Amino acid sequence: MTTTTGPHPTRRLILQGAVSVALIGLGNLPFAPALAAANDKYPDEAFKLKNEAEAIKALYGKTPEPSDKIKLDAPEIAENGAVVPVSVTTTLDKVTSISFFVAENPNALAASYRFPDGAIPAVANRLKMAKTSSVTAIVEADGKLYSATKDVKVTVGGCGG
Amino acid sequence: MAIRRRDFLKSTAAVATSLSLPRLARGADTASIYDIERFGNARILHTTDTHAQLNPVYFREPSVNIGIGEMAGRPPHLVGHAFLDRFGIRPDSADAYAFTCVEFEKSAGRFGKLGGFAHLKTLIDRLRNDVGAKHAMLLDGGDLWQGTGLANSMQGRDMVEVANLLGIEAMTGHWEFTYGEEVLRENLGHFRGEFLAQNVFLTEEAAFNDAPAFDKTTGRVFKPSVIKELGGHRVAIIGQAFPYVPIAHPKRFTPNWTFGIREEELQKHVDALRGNDKVDAVILLSHNGMDVDLKLASRVTGIDVILGGHTHDAVPQPIAVKNAGGTTLVTNAGSNGKFLAVLDLALDKGKVGDIRYHLLPVYSELLKPDPAMAELIGKLRAPVVTDWSEKIATPDRLLYRRDNFAGPVDDLICTALRTELNAEIALSPGFRWGVTALPGQPLTMEDVLAGTAITYPETYVQEMTGAEIKDVLEDVCDNLFNADPYYQQGGDMVRAGGLSYTCSPTNAIGRRISELKLDNGKSISASRRYKVAGWASVNGQQGAPVWDVVAKYLRSGRMLPERLGTGVTLNGVDGNPGIAG
Repeated sequence: MTTTTGPHPTRRLILQGAVSVALIGLGNLPFAPALAAANDKYPDEAFKLKNEAEAIKALYGKTPEPSDKIKLDAPEIAENGAVVPVSVTTTLDKVTSISFFVAENPNALAASYRFPDGAIPAVANRLKMAKTSSVTAIVEADGKLYSATKDVKVTVGGCGG
Repeated sequence: MAIRRRDFLKSTAAVATSLSLPRLARGADTASIYDIERFGNARILHTTDTHAQLNPVYFREPSVNIGIGEMAGRPPHLVGHAFLDRFGIRPDSADAYAFTCVEFEKSAGRFGKLGGFAHLKTLIDRLRNDVGAKHAMLLDGGDLWQGTGLANSMQGRDMVEVANLLGIEAMTGHWEFTYGEEVLRENLGHFRGEFLAQNVFLTEEAAFNDAPAFDKTTGRVFKPSVIKELGGHRVAIIGQAFPYVPIAHPKRFTPNWTFGIREEELQKHVDALRGNDKVDAVILLSHNGMDVDLKLASRVTGIDVILGGHTHDAVPQPIAVKNAGGTTLVTNAGSNGKFLAVLDLALDKGKVGDIRYHLLPVYSELLKPDPAMAELIGKLRAPVVTDWSEKIATPDRLLYRRDNFAGPVDDLICTALRTELNAEIALSPGFRWGVTALPGQPLTMEDVLAGTAITYPETYVQEMTGAEIKDVLEDVCDNLFNADPYYQQGGDMVRAGGLSYTCSPTNAIGRRISELKLDNGKSISASRRYKVAGWASVNGQQGAPVWDVVAKYLRSGRMLPERLGTGVTLNGVDGNPGIAG
C-alpha cells in the first residue's frame, strides 16, 4: 500500500479544472484571455456578434442539436433582469465546454466556460438580460454540440391578484 | 326572510346533485345546504383570498375570463351560462348568483350579501363540530391581510386577530409580503397558526449576511410544511406562497427573499414527507393561481390535493389532473369570503381512499353571525368606522371590477386619475379584489378604500411614448395569455383610460395589441409622447394616494361619463366560453 501526501487525485483534477474554467465570460476585461486554458484563444469575435446562431457558429464552427441530457435551470420570470441566476448541469460525457446565449441581448454570447478532462460539467452564473428572451445553454461534449433552451421573461412588473 | 329562505332552499337543492364528479359529493336531499353528509375520517376547511373583508359583501364574478391554448373552454375559464351549464347550476338559483355574473343585479336584491368573518366563523365552527375537532383543520391560502382600508392602516394586524379567533391553523401568503419583511415577521409573532412557504428562500447575499431563516441549510425563510394528525392519520400540509412577489410588487418590500414556483424543491419535499415521515396524505396549500396549479399538478407527483387560490376562481368541483405518480385534484376557492371549501378525506394507511369536496357559498342571510367574532370586528372597526362611513357619492350603475380587460370600478379610477391629474391616458392595475357596489346605494370612503388600499398607492404622472405604452400593454397581456401558465402572474389586464385598442389574446407577445387610439379617435403614434397618469407602480412614486384622488373626484359630484372611456376590441376569440354571451 502506498501513501500519498497530496490531495486525493480526483479532487486535484477538479481543482485544476476549476482554475482553467475561470470565467472567459467576464467579457471585455483585458486579462480574461490569460485566464483561459492555455490552448484556447479568447473568443473575441464571438462575443461581438449580435445574432445568436452566428455567435454559436463563430465560437464552435458547428450547429447544436437539442438534448434532454442538459439541465438548464432558469426562472420563468426574472425577479431582476440585471442578475438572472442561470445554471447548467449535464449527464453528457467528455464535456469540454459550456456556453450561455441570450438571443435578445445586444450581443448574444453571455459567457463561455472550458472544461479540462475530469472537471464536473456544472456551471452557475448570473446573466444580465436586456429584455424577455430565450436563454440557450450550449454544451460541447465529445466533439459534438448540444443545446437546451428556456424562455425567461423580463417584465415591467405589476400585478392583479 | 321566510320567503327568501325558501328561495335559497328551492334553488340550491337542484344544484347540489349536479355539483358532483362521480367520486364527489351528492347531497341532494339535505334539508339545508350546510348539512353535509358525514364522509371519511378527516375534514379540511379552506378559505382563501378573503382580502380582509370583515363584513359581508357584494361581489360579482367575471363575465370575461378568457382561457387560451390548452386552457380554452376549461375551468376556470368559463363564465356566465357556459359556467352554469358545465356545473349544472340553474340560472335563477342562489348558486348562479354566487358563482357567476348571470343576472347579478337582480339576484343581489334577492339573495343578499355573501361572506363576512362572523358568518364564516359560524359556518366553520358548525362544520368542525359536525366531525369533531380531532378530525378537522382550517387552512387559509393567503391574501387574508390586505384589501380594506382598515387592514392597510393596521398593516394586517387586525386580520391576525381575526385569524386567531377563527382558528386558522396554517396559512401561506401573497399580499401579506407587501407589508415588508419586518411587519410580516411581527404579525406572524402574534399568529397562533403556522405560516408555510416552501418556495421562499434567502437571496445569496442575505444568506451570506446571515439573515434570519427557518432553515439555514436550505435557505428556506419559512417552515415549508406541517404534519397534522387527523382522525388517526398523518396529513402533511405544504405551503406555496405566490411565486412572483418581487416582480408583481415593489422589490423593496422583500429585499432579502427570492421566490419562484420551485417545482424541484417541492418534489423533493413531497418525496421526503412520503418517504421519511410516512404521511398518509399530502395537501398543497397554494397561492399559485389555478392555471399554474393545473400545470404543476401534471408535473409534480405525490400530492393528493392542491387547495388553490390567487386567481379568485370559484370552481365548484376539483379538477383531476394525471401525472406520472397518479392523480392530483386541483381546486380554487373564490375570493372575498364568499366561499368556504370543505374537503372530506377517507384516509387510509399511506393513501387517500376517496374524497368529497364542497365549495359552499357563505350566504350571510342564512347564517347567524358568531357573537364573539362580531364583537371583535366591531372593536377593530370602531376607530375608523365613523370617518369612513360618510357617503361621498351614489353610483348610477353597478360598480364591479372583475373582468379580464375592464370594469366600472377601474373606469372610475382611470377617469378620476385623468381628470384630477390632467392626463391624456390613465393606467390602473388589473386587481381582482375589491367589492361590488349596487347602483343607487351610497358609496363611502370605506368602499373606495376596498378597491384601492395597498402599501404603494402613490399616484404619478409621466410622459410615455406610444411605443412604451404599447410595450406595457403587451407585457401585462402576456401575463394573462402566455400559453404556458408558468409565465402567467395571475390578475387581469392593466386598465387603460382614454385609450382604446384591439387585443388578439391568441397571438404571441408583441403581436397581441394593435390599433391604439386616444378617446378622440386619433391613432397613437409610436414616437409621440403622451401624458400618462397611474398608481401602484413597482417603482417608488411621490403622488397623492389613489384613494384621495378618487374621493376628490367623487366628492365633486361627478360619476362616470356617459360613454365608458375604455374600449377593448377582442380579436380571434369568438365563441370562447370565457366571454359571457
